[in-house]
Amino acid sequence: MVGIPSRHRSIFLLGGVVLLQVLLLAVQIKRDSQGRLIRVWTVGAVSPFERAGAHGVSHIRDTWNHYFALQNTSRENEELKRENGALKLQITQLQSKAGEADRLAALLKFRQTNVDVPMISARVISGSADSGSQTIYLDRGERDGIRKNMGVITPDGVVGKVIESYKDTAQVLLLTDEHSGVGAMLVESRLQGPVGGTGEPLLVMKYIPNDDNVNSGERVVTSGMDRIFPRDLPVGTIAEIKPGIPFKQLRVKPAASLERLEEVFVLLTMKPLELKQESPAPNSAAPPATAPSAAATNPVPPEKP
Amino acid sequence: MNDTYDIRGSELHIEVHKFRAGAIILATAFALVLQAFLPIYFPKTSILDLPLLIVIYFGLSRRNPSTGLLLGMVIGILQDSLSGPTVPLGLYGIAKTIIGYLASSIGARLDTEHPAARFALTISFFAVHQGIIALTRRLLLSQPEPWFTMHLGIAALVNAFVAVFLFMLLDRLRKPS
Repeated sequence: MVGIPSRHRSIFLLGGVVLLQVLLLAVQIKRDSQGRLIRVWTVGAVSPFERAGAHGVSHIRDTWNHYFALQNTSRENEELKRENGALKLQITQLQSKAGEADRLAALLKFRQTNVDVPMISARVISGSADSGSQTIYLDRGERDGIRKNMGVITPDGVVGKVIESYKDTAQVLLLTDEHSGVGAMLVESRLQGPVGGTGEPLLVMKYIPNDDNVNSGERVVTSGMDRIFPRDLPVGTIAEIKPGIPFKQLRVKPAASLERLEEVFVLLTMKPLELKQESPAPNSAAPPATAPSAAATNPVPPEKP
Repeated sequence: MNDTYDIRGSELHIEVHKFRAGAIILATAFALVLQAFLPIYFPKTSILDLPLLIVIYFGLSRRNPSTGLLLGMVIGILQDSLSGPTVPLGLYGIAKTIIGYLASSIGARLDTEHPAARFALTISFFAVHQGIIALTRRLLLSQPEPWFTMHLGIAALVNAFVAVFLFMLLDRLRKPS
């Protein structure tokens, strides 16, 4: 009895035979750039599984390392935190040193600009013992030529005046103290009036009539009339303007950063003199005053102590 | 054992032919030898594809796809072996395997004894054969093989014309039913 041929069996047989011959072809064919075709096919067929395997192994390894193998992680975390704290402290110290370098550079530049003006640099070593007075102590005193009523400045502007001079230290009354004062004038209108402290961060400019026009932000400089500070040294800028009787109530923001003083200059003369300010100092609230170059042509010798 | 059976139930009554012992082998060898030697003396005869005609004939006659495709594979690989170095083993093997399968499958459904049917089927199979050859050359060998040319069209007609008479001769190798 003759069996009926199976269609499926013959189709499978056809596929197998054709596949075998295709493989036979692939073994024989050699492509110039990629070698034999069978190799190309084999690599192409196997590489996806290899890639998948590599990806799977990597994933498993990551999972193991990130979720299971964490025995030392806590300890490492603590060490890293300590190291991070030490590094932060180091950064703070470096930033402080960098800031100090900037300040000293500004002082040096200011000093070199006014090389003919007798002045001495001093470091602020302490502040006032009581909160009611605005004073500071310097690390220089009589031995360095510092006398009472000498002016104290920074490249930014007026700081105050020496109220006591000891052998190696000096006490300075800041401009913000209510007993402090400096002869000043408005740059634009040239109106003069004393600027004094109130115990608060802002200063007060007195005796400016209501009829005179004063603009907010206008610069205030020293007038030189007090015979302590040279003329046109920045005092501050007008921050508030209120009408008063009979004078305006003007509040002045100090040009020098009186709450962050670290290095200052003490003017070693009681005679009138003029300073040059060629470029604005860093963090200056007010632009530099336009000072004449008289100091260069008419230098004032330092006063002998 | 009865050589005739109803392969499609009540739809058709198609015979499955058996051949004399060694008939298929002799016919195949004869076709391959002629295919190799005829063009040497008669170059025009290179247009013939006698192994293909043998595959078609026995596929249509035996009407067994498995037998047909295996016969096609053997004849095709033998033809590949006798061909030049530019023809890798398997090129004609694949094509003739498929032709053997198709011929057997179609022979099991249609009456292919009529000369007109044989002529038409041979043209069709020749076209399919050339299509498979071209596809294989393009995909696997990266060779620019045309899908159709006038020469191929003429070859299809010539092979179909020859097939009509060749098949009549081969019919004589059948066992009487």
